[in-house]
Parts: sequence; C-alpha cells; structure tokens
Amino acid sequence: MKKLLSILPLLVVVIGVHLLTSATDTMYYLTQMTMSAYYSLLIIGLCVLMGYAGQISLGHAGFFAIGGYLSAALTTRSLIPYQDTLPVKLLDSAGFLLAGQDIYGDSLLVVTPWAACIIAVVTAALIAVAIGIPVLKLKGHYLAMATLGFGIIVYRVALACEYFGEADGISEVPAFMLFPGLSVSGNFGDRVSNYYIAWGLLLIGMVLLLNLMDSRVGRALRGIHGSEEAADAMGVNTARFKLQTFVLSAVFAAIAGVFLTHYNGGIGPSEAGVMKSVRYVAIVAVGGMANLWGTLLMGIVLNFLSLRGVFGSYDDAVFGLILILIMLFAPNGILSINVRYCLKQLTGRNKQDREGEV
Amino acid sequence: MALLEVKQLHKRFGGLHAVNDVSFQVEPGQIKAVIGPNGAGKTTLFNMISGTFPATSGAVLFQGRELRGKKPFQVASLGMARTYQNIKMFSGMTALENVMVGRHVQSHAGFLSSMFHMPWTWKEELDIREKSMELLALLEIEEHAHTEAASLAFGQQRAVELARALALEPTLLLLDEPAAGLNIYETAEVGRLITKIRDLGITVLLVEHDMSLVMDISDEIVVLCFGEKIAEDLPTAIQQNPEVIKIYLGEE
Amino acid sequence: MTLELAIQYLMAGITYGSIYAIVAIGFNIIYNTTGIINFAQGEFVMFGGMIAITLLNFMPLPIAIFLAVAITMVIGALIEICFIRWLKSPSVLRMIIITIGISILSREVAVHIWGESIRSLPYFVGNEITSIPILGARISPQVLWVVLVSALMVLCLGIFFKTTSVGREMRACAANRKAATLCGINTQNMVTLSFILSAGIGALAGCVMSPITYSQYDMGTGLAIKGFTVAILGGLGSSGGAVAAGLLLGIIEAFSVSVVPLAFQDAISIAILLAILFVRPQGLFGSKEAAGLKEY
Repeated sequence: MKKLLSILPLLVVVIGVHLLTSATDTMYYLTQMTMSAYYSLLIIGLCVLMGYAGQISLGHAGFFAIGGYLSAALTTRSLIPYQDTLPVKLLDSAGFLLAGQDIYGDSLLVVTPWAACIIAVVTAALIAVAIGIPVLKLKGHYLAMATLGFGIIVYRVALACEYFGEADGISEVPAFMLFPGLSVSGNFGDRVSNYYIAWGLLLIGMVLLLNLMDSRVGRALRGIHGSEEAADAMGVNTARFKLQTFVLSAVFAAIAGVFLTHYNGGIGPSEAGVMKSVRYVAIVAVGGMANLWGTLLMGIVLNFLSLRGVFGSYDDAVFGLILILIMLFAPNGILSINVRYCLKQLTGRNKQDREGEV
Repeated sequence: MALLEVKQLHKRFGGLHAVNDVSFQVEPGQIKAVIGPNGAGKTTLFNMISGTFPATSGAVLFQGRELRGKKPFQVASLGMARTYQNIKMFSGMTALENVMVGRHVQSHAGFLSSMFHMPWTWKEELDIREKSMELLALLEIEEHAHTEAASLAFGQQRAVELARALALEPTLLLLDEPAAGLNIYETAEVGRLITKIRDLGITVLLVEHDMSLVMDISDEIVVLCFGEKIAEDLPTAIQQNPEVIKIYLGEE
Repeated sequence: MTLELAIQYLMAGITYGSIYAIVAIGFNIIYNTTGIINFAQGEFVMFGGMIAITLLNFMPLPIAIFLAVAITMVIGALIEICFIRWLKSPSVLRMIIITIGISILSREVAVHIWGESIRSLPYFVGNEITSIPILGARISPQVLWVVLVSALMVLCLGIFFKTTSVGREMRACAANRKAATLCGINTQNMVTLSFILSAGIGALAGCVMSPITYSQYDMGTGLAIKGFTVAILGGLGSSGGAVAAGLLLGIIEAFSVSVVPLAFQDAISIAILLAILFVRPQGLFGSKEAAGLKEY
C-alpha cells in the first residue's frame, strides 16, 4: 500500500498535464505523451533486467516488435485462405475470430484484438524462455552480442517476410476495444482516453515492479547483481531468477508493442531495429540503472523530446552521445550527480536512505 | 551418523592433484577445522563440498545424502551455508538487506505474488525482516543494519556475512578463512562469534590459516598438505604431531 | 550445382570470409590487450572505405587508400585516448555501452558527412566486367586483391607480433597486463597501439572490399556482428582461428544462398553465432580446459 502512496504524486502529475494542455490549448502534446508512456513501459521492464538483475539486453526492441507485429498481423491479415486448418477452427470455436470487410470491400476474417494481444504476448514470453535459457548462461560481451544477434534476427525476419509487410510494415491496424466505450486507437476523438489508457498501464506496471523490487524476489535479483556466486550460495536459483526476469521484461516490451501498434494504427521494421534497442539501454543507463523512478522519468523526457523532433536529424547521435557521456562521467545515472551531491550539501548528511531516489 | 562425510575426494586440474584422496567426517555440534599451508587445497576442498565445482572422483555425503551433481543453491537449500575468504557482500544493499537475502530458502514468495503484493506475502516479509534483525543483533552489529554493507569495516562485513549465512538456518556452516584480513583483536572477536554460533547447535567446518584461532576454538583438526590429508586429531595432539610441526608450524 | 557455380560460390565465400577474418582479428587485437570487445570495430571498416572514396577526388587511388588508412588509425587512437584510456578498471557493462555509443556516434558522423547513399571505390584493376577464368568460373580480379591483401595483413601482423620488440611487448601485455607493467612496459601505450593497429587493418579491409561490397554509413553493425561470430568461432584472441573461422563462415554463407532466400542470409550467420555461443563458447579450436578459466 505504501507503493500506491508513492505512485499518487505521479497520478497527480498525469492529470495535471492533461488539464494544463487542455487549458493552454496544446492538447497535441498528449499524443507524444501517450507514445512516450508505452515506450517507458518497455523501458522500466528493461530497467529491472539490467539494473537489478544485472543482465544487459540489446534485443528488447525485438520483443516489442514481436508483440506489435503479431498483434498487427493477426488483426489485419485475413484468415479466409486457412479457414479449414485446425488452429483457425479452434480460434473460431473459441469466439476469437471476427468477420469484416477491408477498405476495398473484400470480406475478411481476422482475430479479435483481445485474442491477438494475448497470443502476441504469450508468444513473446515463450520466445523469451526459448532464447533466455541458453543466452542467460552467458556473461558480459557474450550476452550483449547474443541479445544483439536476437534483435537483428527479429529485424531481418520482419523485413524479409511478406506476411509482416517487408519494408512497409503493417498498416490499417484496427482499434483495440478494451471494453465497450474504451478503445486503443489513434482516432482524434480518443486522444484523451488513450492518454489515460497509456498512463494507466504505465502506472500499473510501475506499481507491480516497485512491489517486486521490495520483496524476496527483488532482493534476490539485486543479490545476483551484487555477487552472483554468493547469491547462489544463499540458495538463490540464479539461472531461474534471471530467466524469469528476462521473460517479465519481454512481456512488458510485448505489451507496449501491442498497445502502441494499435494506437499508431500500424508498425514498421524500424521498431525492431538495433538502434531502438540501444536507445532503450541508453535510457536505462541515464536513469541510473537500478533506479526505477529515474528510468521512468528519463524514459518519458527523452522519448517525448525525441518524438517531438527536438533532436532533428541528430536523434540517434544524441542517444549515442548520451550513452557515452553518462557511462564516462556518471555511470550511476544522471540523477545521481545532482541529487546526491545537492542533498549532501544541503543536509551535510551521508546518503543513508537509499529509498529517496528522486 | 556423521553430519558430513567426505569420502576419498579427488580434484585434478590438468596434471595437478589439488586434492588427493581426502576423507574425513564432521560430527554434529562440533567445530572442525581444516588447516594447511598455502596451496594445500583447502579452498578447493571447500568448493567441492559446497558444489561450486565438481570433484574429479570421490563423494560428499551430507546428512547421509550424496551431493554429487548438486549446484550450490541446491546444497544451500539442504541446509549448508558458507562464507568466503574474500567477503562477497551484495554491493548496493544495506547490511539488513544482505541478511534478508539469506532468508531466501526459508521463504517462498515468487514473481507474481510479489508483484501483486499478495496478502500471504505480507507476513512472510515481516518475518524475514524480524529474523534478520535478530541475527544482526546476535552478531552484535544491529546498529549498522541500515548502512550499505560494502561500506562497513572489514570485521563488520565478516559479521554481516556470518549473519547472512545463519539466516539460511543451516545445520552446517562452512567458513572459508574467517580470519583472513583481520587483525588479532578482530580475529579473537570472530573466534568468539563462531563459538557462539556453535553453541546455537550449528555445526561448523572451517578452513583457516590462522593457527591461534584454530587451536582456540576447534574441537578437531584436519591437516592438509599438497592436497593430501596428513593428520586428523584433537588440537592438542595436532600441536604435538611432529609431521605437522615440520611442514606447517616449522616453517614459521 | 555445376562445378563452375560451386567455384563461383567458393570464391565469393573466400572473399567475404577474408573480410570477416580481418574484422575478427581487429576484435582480437583489442581484446587481447584490454579484455574489451570493441563494438565499434565495424565502423573502422566503414571509415576506411568512405574516407578513401572522398580522397579519391583529389589524388590517385593508392595514395587515397594510404591516407584513408592513416586517418582511420588516427581516429582509432583518438577514440582510445578520449574514451578508454583514463577509465580506471571499468566494469564490462560500462565498456560495452561506451563502445556501442562510439559506434553509434561514428555512424551518425558518417551519415552527416556522406549521407545515406551507397558509394564504392573503383576496381583496382579493370572494371566490374573484367574477369579471370579459374576452372571455368569467372572471377573478378578484385576478389584476388581482397584475398591477397588480407593474407598479407595476417602475415605482417604475425611477423610484427613475433619478431619486433613492440609486438612482443604487446603480447606480454595480452598475457598478463600487471606483469607487463612491472617489467617496465607502458601498457597504456600498448592499448592505444592496439586501437591504432586494429583501426588500420579494418580501414585497409574497408578499402579493398569497397569495389565489390560497396560502402555505406551503416555497414558497421552487420560487419561487427559477423566479425564477432568469427572471432568466437575461431576462439577469442586467436588469429589463426579467426582466419579459419572467417573462411568457414564466408563459405557457409555463400553456399547458403542456394538454399535460403537472400533476405535471410544475415539471420543465418547470426543463428550460427548464437548456436556457437550456446554450445562451444570457447570456439571450434579452443580447448575446453582453458575455457574453464575464462568467464563467458
């Protein structure tokens, strides 16, 4: 319950931003805020994996893309040619199929968004298990390269498969009706409700992860990061915990992918690109690695600025530079420089309370 | 029945016999020490017992159970805890949190129940915290509970590491050179803590370099030299053993 | 498959394989002296090719290539001096992220200088239709250039490391950095030198391959991951292993074209990388015993 209290100020900020934009007639900012929230959902999941469990992943855009692409493909690609195959029949009898018409008036048979979302997220989780079991045995450079390799494979597959639209990606993705009256879509009229859907999801994710970190599991994960050998000797099944964290972060990424794809009405191969994965890692690093609040803040700020086009054609360069500068001068994140130093100056007290992150 | 039985344990690294045909037993409730000069294979022996790496041949029986093929975390959950020669604290965590990790095998909350903060985890969490504080109190460092463990003095880190190992509620505690890096006062202090732990009914097996500590606190001593066991006896008898004096005490 | 086609594939495989081997050796040189995998290794190759193409507007080809290699070596030295040298025992995670940052930054610099267009150096001899018949297959003379230059580089590096005193000092640094320092070797300069060397061979490879494979600002990542695959396959740190593994990967890739669609070709070599990492992280030629001492 303490966690809910710590989330409250954030909730106030979220509502405040909405009111502020509507008062100043700058509601268009909400679009980028919504997208930033979805990216940040992925990033806080990655933060748990990198910062707390200490496992780098340069392939998280891959999981985002798996979520987004699967859900997009299932809800747009017609299953009529495969109507007689067993999986399609099973989906049909479970009530997961939806008949409709495409923009040219041809009849369509597609999976409902809810079912597609579940299939996409479960698939991402299964792939994370399959990849994670061998990959997480590796350390350091090997782990980085292996996850990078995974990311590139996803990118290549998205780019090479006609089913996934090759270089064009998938567009015309329908709205995702969460329940009657509330759907994830890019429609102009749904802008405010979508802002709250995205932030609601992010807040829930944040509460769940804060709970997790302040628990037996969270301590075990931080233990693994601190000294894997000692954690092992304390009875922590390190391989299993690392794998579960990997899967958890993959699920966060996939959910973000599903929602953002429905919100944008489509997805393209650049979402699976290596640069995206690197960008997520950069944001976690700037946020201070083992710092959920810092990562959340940086995730919102940097994604928002990037989506607003503030960095222009230097977008990727900015993230590259951020990575280098942070790692050279402030490996504990950008917040660690000011806040800790200022606190010390102000109170003359040593950092005793590690809870006061922001 | 002996609590721990080491049977003809062998470890070969390439052509080197790091541990060669070593057998001994640890009876419940005693403090047993393994001593020997540098490179005698003490730490190797320890790592085989705790499952860090496998033995080339031979067997380790814990409470009559064969440990072959068991990983360290499995050995730990059977009730065997260990410390390290060069203390391995969980950096970035407070002393209390370090000890709380030690409660891992005595608690159950998993990913989902932790994330959703299920009511049945509340009591467990409280229990973990209380038990850990008790242990810090037992080892007389409760005032440092909220200090980052890695920033404590070396002797205090040893105590935290001991508390962390005790948090497993082990039946057997393996201590790898508990006096390494400590001055004589701190060494005496650690010796006192180890006896205190034994008096709780926990069996202790330690590897040590510091003769004064070993002679003071152990009930029985095994002497290793170049991977082989050359003596096993009471401390007083070991002090008289001419072979031991020649290879170990004599060199000082 | 006809014999001619097989030879055609084989030669293509050897060409690409030599390039991969050179990139892998670049990884190895830096890894040996620092324990760092330089994720920006592929960017050296890109810089070599791109700079040479630009310089060609002002001077003849051999001088352009020579200067391009020299400039890339300076870039390598600058990278080491600015970003690596003054870090005191940084964690592996930190080094990975820094070199990734360098790689992105290099790519962005390149795209702002040269744009996204694909460029290439002219063929060193003849043009794209000149060919030499070998066993019925038609091989471009540039292929021979690539193989020849790569072989020469490997040979020269071997001689350098074996016979010169600087080479020996670098090997000492690789074997045991602390001991080397105690022997009076300036290990920091050795690290700079290793960056210069691996930038140099990368740039030269970038020049000779440019006529066949073209140069583009974003070619680095793909090359880096394949070079890394080769370095791992051949056993990290081993030059001989890198050459053998490079040729092997190149040939596998070339022949896989007849089975797998071209679009999936990269996925194949990455799948090989993953498989190797999972099954034999010490490489095809590394011993299991020695591998036990390393951390993967």
